Formats: sequence, C-alpha cells, structure tokens
Amino acid sequence: MTVNLTLLVVMGAMLAIGIYLILERSLTRVLLGIILISNGVNLLILQTSGRAGESPIVRDGLDSGDYLDPLPQALLLTAIVIAFAMVALLLALIYRSWVLARQDEVTDDEEDRRVATTIGARDPEEDDDVSTETSEFIDAVDPATGTTRTVSPAERNSESDAPTIEDLHQAGES
Amino acid sequence: MQFDVVDFVPLTVLIPFFGAAFAFAFYRNQGTQKAITIGALIITVILEIVLLSEVWHGGTHAVQLAGWPAPFGISMVIDRFAALMLVVSSIITLAVLLYAVGQGAAEERNDSGPVSIFYPTYLILVAGVSNAFLAGDLFNLYVGFEIFLTASYVLLTLGGGEARIRAGVTYVVVSILSSMLFLITIGLMYAATGTVNLADLAVKLAELDSGTQLMLHVMLLVAFGIKAAVFPLAFWLPDSYPTAPAPVTAVFAGLLTKVGIYAMIRTETLLFPGERINTVLMIVAALTMIVGILGALAQADIKRMLSFTLISHIGYLVFGLALSSVIGMAGTIYYVAHHITIQTTLFLVTGLIERRAGTANVDRLGGLARISPVLAVLFFLPAMNLAGIPPFSGFVGKLGIMQGGIAENTWITWTLVSASVLTTLLTLLAVSRIWARGFWRKAEDVENPERILLQKSQVHARAANKRLLPSAMVAPTALLVALSLAFTVFAGPLMNFSRAAAQDMYERTPYLEAVLGEDRVEGVREELVEFTTGYVVDLDTDDDGAAEFAPVRTSLQPDVESDERGSTSVDVEEQDDEAEGGGR
Repeated sequence: MTVNLTLLVVMGAMLAIGIYLILERSLTRVLLGIILISNGVNLLILQTSGRAGESPIVRDGLDSGDYLDPLPQALLLTAIVIAFAMVALLLALIYRSWVLARQDEVTDDEEDRRVATTIGARDPEEDDDVSTETSEFIDAVDPATGTTRTVSPAERNSESDAPTIEDLHQAGES
Repeated sequence: MQFDVVDFVPLTVLIPFFGAAFAFAFYRNQGTQKAITIGALIITVILEIVLLSEVWHGGTHAVQLAGWPAPFGISMVIDRFAALMLVVSSIITLAVLLYAVGQGAAEERNDSGPVSIFYPTYLILVAGVSNAFLAGDLFNLYVGFEIFLTASYVLLTLGGGEARIRAGVTYVVVSILSSMLFLITIGLMYAATGTVNLADLAVKLAELDSGTQLMLHVMLLVAFGIKAAVFPLAFWLPDSYPTAPAPVTAVFAGLLTKVGIYAMIRTETLLFPGERINTVLMIVAALTMIVGILGALAQADIKRMLSFTLISHIGYLVFGLALSSVIGMAGTIYYVAHHITIQTTLFLVTGLIERRAGTANVDRLGGLARISPVLAVLFFLPAMNLAGIPPFSGFVGKLGIMQGGIAENTWITWTLVSASVLTTLLTLLAVSRIWARGFWRKAEDVENPERILLQKSQVHARAANKRLLPSAMVAPTALLVALSLAFTVFAGPLMNFSRAAAQDMYERTPYLEAVLGEDRVEGVREELVEFTTGYVVDLDTDDDGAAEFAPVRTSLQPDVESDERGSTSVDVEEQDDEAEGGGR
C-alpha cells in the first residue's frame, strides 16, 4: 500500500498536538484537542485508500488498480458528520458550564473529595484548589442571582482557598 | 417472493428511530409523546421476542441491507447471543420507560426544562443499542455506538444543572476519545485487510502477521474497554452516572457498559479468537473486580456505591471472556443478561429510596424497612441477587464462570476464582451495609436523619408512602425484580441457550456462513474447525466434577470433535429438532 508522506506527517502532527491539548485542564483547549484529533483520524482513514487514482466510475480501458478506492471516503464522510455533531454538543456543554459556574476547567468531583477526606487520604497541599486564576475573566458570579461582580485578587484567593463541602453541596442542590 | 420473519431484523432499529421522529414532532403534547414512545418500544419488544424464538431454533441469520452482497454492502447479523441481548435490553428499556413515565406524572408540578426531548432521545438510545448489537461490520458498530452515546450525552445532561454539566463534560470527552481510538483502529484494519465487514475480517485477519494482529487486537480492546468500564479505564463511570436522574442512570448502568462488553466478546470470539492475550485479560479482570468493589465499600451514597459494583462486576464478565472456553463464555452470556437486569433494578430502587427518604446517602437513612416494607423487599431481592446468594441468578452466573475457571485449571484461573469469591463476599458486605443502615436501624438512631423518616405513626408513614411511591413507579420496578427472579427459575434452559450461543460464537462457521455464504466459508472451513477444536473446545476433563460441564455437548449443539468432515451445520439442525421436542 502506498501512502502520501505529507499527509502522514500532517496527521501525526495533528494527533500529537491534539493529545497535548486534551491533557490540559481548560475545557476550551480540550475541545480544540478533540477537533484536531478527529481531523487527524479523518486523514488516517483517507490514507487507507492508498495511492490517488481515477474516480471510481467504470470506464473502458482502465484496469481495476487504476481506480481510487472510494470506501474510505464514504467512511470518512460519516466520521466527519459525527465529529461535527460531537464538537457542537461539547461546545454547548462548555458554554453552559461557563454560564453556570464561570468555570472553563474540569472541576473536581465533590463526592470524591468527601470520600478522600473521610478516609484521611486528602493531602491539602496536593488536592486543594490552586488559587491562581488561569482565566482572564476575573469576575466572580453570585450563585443566588447569577450576576457577576468584580473581586479583588486578595479576596478571590481567600475564597478559593477553602471551597468547603457544604458550599459544593449547596451549589449542587441549587 | 417469500419473506422470513428474520428478515425483519432491521426493524428493531428502525421502529425506535421512527418512533423518535414522531415523538419529536409532537413535542407540544406530552401525552402523545408518551403513547408513541411506549407503543414503539412495545412493538420492538414483541418483534425481538419473535426474532429470539426464530433464532433459538433456526440459528444465525444475516440480512444484507439494500441487497448488496456481504463484503460490499452493510450486513446486519442476528445470532443467538445478539438476539438474547436485544430482548433483555428492550425489556429493560421498556420497564425503565414506564418508571420514567410514572415519575414524570408524579412530578408534573415542578416540571422544568425542555422535558419534551426526553422521550425521543430515549428512543434514539434504544435504536443505537440495537444497532450496535446487530452490526455486521465494524463501521456500523461504530455508528451504533455513536448513536447511543450521543443520546446518552443528552440524557445525562438533561436539564443542564451544574452538577450534571460537570459530570457530563468528563463523560463526553472520555467517550469521544474512546470513539476516536475505535475509529483509528477501523482505519488501520481497513488499511491492513481492505474490509470492515466483521465476517470478512474474521477470515482475512488470520492472514496478517502476528505483530499487526496483536496491535489491532489490543487497540480494539482498549477502545471497547473504555466503554465497558474495565478497571484502569473505568474512572469516568462513578463520576458521571450518579448525577443523572434515576431512570437515566438505571438504563445507562444496565445497557451502555454491556454494549462495550458485547463488542469485546465479538472481538475475542469472531475477530481475534485464541489465547494470545488471555493472561493479560485475566489480570485486568481480577483488578477490575477487586478495585471496583473496594471503591464501592468506601462510598456512602447508594448510587455511587452501585456504580462501583457495576465496575466490579464487569470484571466477572471479562474473566468469563478471557477463559476462551465455551463453558466460561456461556457463564458470561448468562451473567450479562442477569447483570443488565439486576443493575437496572437496583438503580430504580435507589431512585425510589431517594424519593421516599429524600436522600440516597446511607449515613442519613434509617428505618426504611419499617416505614415501607414493599421498598424493603424490592431492595432486598436484587441486592442479594447482586451479591450472588444461592437461589438467585447472580449465583448461577458466577458459578458458571467459576466452573469455567476451574475447568481450565491453571494457577492464574485459580487466582481469578479466588478473586471472584472474594469480590462476591465484599459485594455482600457492601449491600448488607446499606441494608443494615438504611433499612434495619431505627430512624431515631441516625445521627442526622432526614426529617421525613421520623414519622409520628405508621398511619403517617403509609400516607407518605402513597404520596411518594406511586404505583406507576413501583410496578415497573417490581416487574424487573420478577424478571431477575425468572432468571433463576429458567436458569436451565437459559444456560443451555447460552452454551449454544457460545458454541456458535467460538465455531464461527454459523456466523460466517450466514454473512458470506457457504461457498466462501468452504475454503477456510478446515482451518476454522481445526482452530475451534484445537483451542477452544478441548478442555482438560480428567476431573469428574468438571466433566459434566466442561465438554460442550449440550442438547443444542453438534459434536464437533467427532465430526471429521466438519459438516456442523447439518448437525445443528438435527440437534435443534431434538432440543425443541425436549425443551417444551
């Protein structure tokens, strides 16, 4: 089977960058990573048809090897559509997460934390929230009204230092 | 032109799809939506039961969509295993749907959010699951996976509250990644063999060199392993499942991971049979069991605890699968059917507990056995069933798998058997802890009880029962409990059926003949039969106890070993007639 070296390199780069991005904690980057990976995979499927050839419409005087294998393109189209839908859905989820919590990060699971605390496996140094704000949006949202207000960095740090379990529970229930 | 009932197999996918379309068209009218959804599912269940009875006697059948012959077109294949999975999954989804309808009726007042999407999405989930069970080629399997996964994303984040979105994002990202891995594998398989048809792949993959085979094999298993929640790849499950509404969690827990297991079983039997990575699978199975159940013991929330037992019991299925013997696989098939039912039932009961008591946290529960004896019975039976206490089906399934392990008789299978026993005991500990705390202890003894549990008198409690546990929700749950008990009553025929299904899958010729036609299979039949007798059926049967189970001669199957010419298909028919007479 013949493969196109350029496509192969591009595919490798896309997958590598995609995997790097998906390991980030910011959801938008994860989304970008997923887009890159899905397109890298599409390129991979495209290449399985081998050497480029004539369009697969039967004509006289052509050997069966001269045609391009059309099946991978059919698979590819389906894969593109599915990936498109997934990305749209994920984008909606990320936006919703942003609207609700002003959070563009994968958040911890409160039950996990609670279990870790009860069995004494919680290490404050490792498991507590990092107080540095990675987002450029520095507003804090008031959970009751949904309005935003600006907070000073000092106040924010003191808030994020101790998001107690009760807080999280209330947030989950409301 | 004559039509066979079995040719209507694609309808099991199409009916839910059309139902979804119609239900969506009536989004303004909840009553019509419910009627359409329930109607579509009832028709599907009836059709699938008919199909099961056809396949029970007639064997594997393939339908070539649009009449294109097998390696080129899309085929849908129904064999005994697929038919059983279809029927069990549809009955479960129907029961859960009735439960959801009951819950919806009970909560009409505070109905908020775009609820009108629940019913269509639910039907799409059913269609996707059916499509995955019936898929005759790898890409169609991928499409089936994507259909039900997309539906599951919507169901999981229903209402769009903060906790659900948080859980949903993790779930979606992990699922998309596993799908990408699956897609990469499909691409590589196509590059290596030039086909995506499962039957065609089964023939062509054997011609590849063993390194390539191993790579494709492992990649497929990892992709399916994420979906099936096998130990190192199961981290997403307890995070995401418990946040969804009770009916949604129930149907997810019952079905979605089992589709992953189904795909793993197909991989192991049809595409890459043999014992190449069995040891690795067994280690993974043991870790899944132990780590899963230890996770369950650490939980106080019943839903999360059940999610962990779900992972843990996936380990049994992988164990049975890794044995590569008909007896092990038969146990697995039986156990899959049992586990779908039991896990769904338990999540539904937990939903009821949460409604009645206001919480599913065992630290705050108490006195439920006194307050609501019905609820106590509904919890007790499936819980004991999950733990595998003898009269119940969990015991039968575990016994089947362990017999397979003992029949194999190597140190690793003995380790696995001990791990299984240990896991069973720990499961019993986990569920009896819920029982003792939530049901047996007095509500007054609870440190910080829900106020609703402290009723002044039995009359008050009964009034609250009536209000909080409507019969429209209790009845479907009771139905599922009855179904799980039926697995015990009909364990004999079901086990025979599972063995026949396992035998079919390991022989591979019925599947290949149905899809590719006899001519194509004739060329490779010798190899296939040799492979089957050499690797799979030949068990060490010196031991008298195991001899009864280890050889795979049930009334439903041909005697492969003594058949030199390999004309197994003829034997199947003859034997089937006998079984028909004897079975009824």
